Amino acid sequence: MNEKRWLLLFFVLALVVAVLSPLASSHPDGLERVAEDQGFIERAQEPWYKVIPDYVFPGIPNEAVATILAGLVGTLLVFGLVWGVGKLVARRNPAQGRG
Amino acid sequence: MHIPDGFINLGTAVATYVGSAGAIGYSVKRVNRELGERQVPLMGVMAAFIFAAQMINFKVAGGTSGHLLGGALVAILLGPWAGTLVITAVLAVQAFVFQDGGILALGANIWNMAVVGVWSAYLLYRLFQRLFPGPKGRWIGGFISAWASVVLASLMASVELALSGASPWAVVLPAMGLVHMLIGIGEGLITTAVIAFVAATRKDLLELHTATAGGLR
Repeated sequence: MNEKRWLLLFFVLALVVAVLSPLASSHPDGLERVAEDQGFIERAQEPWYKVIPDYVFPGIPNEAVATILAGLVGTLLVFGLVWGVGKLVARRNPAQGRG
Repeated sequence: MHIPDGFINLGTAVATYVGSAGAIGYSVKRVNRELGERQVPLMGVMAAFIFAAQMINFKVAGGTSGHLLGGALVAILLGPWAGTLVITAVLAVQAFVFQDGGILALGANIWNMAVVGVWSAYLLYRLFQRLFPGPKGRWIGGFISAWASVVLASLMASVELALSGASPWAVVLPAMGLVHMLIGIGEGLITTAVIAFVAATRKDLLELHTATAGGLR
């Protein structure tokens, strides 16, 4: 497949996965489960500040919509961050396989 | 297995920050030497996919869930150096924007998932490709390296928790190891599914990092 089309397809796949995020299990994850069972969950401190806590976009009454929005914002944010850092770090010309 | 603030003590947080900073610094240097601008979009879409996939918790036994970490996926498709940077970016956004994983504990989370998770997967994948040349090594190596990277990252987290006095060694190591041996199966399945997709659509991506190695030989 054409390189650009493939990248676009994979990007759309990421966005689709983000839209599916309300289907996620709400059970505690492995670490939370162990922390609850072993009684050290109460060591957890409140975060210093909150932007989009628990992957729920604040101020939106419908939780599924708020979760999807949080997922899309995060997916785009991570994409932009890695793109920006990658542009700064990667070489301008394709690597000549010096590694 | 994103560690929130409070689980680990200051000494462990500082030590893991120092280790992670070193790993990130060296990864930047290697990516700068080995990767061209052409690979940047691939890094971006992989990071986007891993962030989204990490939101999808799947049920495992006993009212517990797990989600993809993605260490094996980036190690296989981008190599370990770019892989560490991609997972670090995901973890940083999760900590700073989504309050998933503490800010003091970010060094530990990067160390566990972006360094131990990525490198253990990379080395095991290489090993299995050598043991089973051809597509067989890709499937066996993909599944086992993904599974093992989750278990090893969880054991690293357990070491930090035990060092911090959150839970005794003899309790936290087996508890974390066992639950992540289950979660790792999900990691293996998702990783091999994505590899299958890549093998069907962009096979060149799978040959890239076995040919140029992205580091070790």
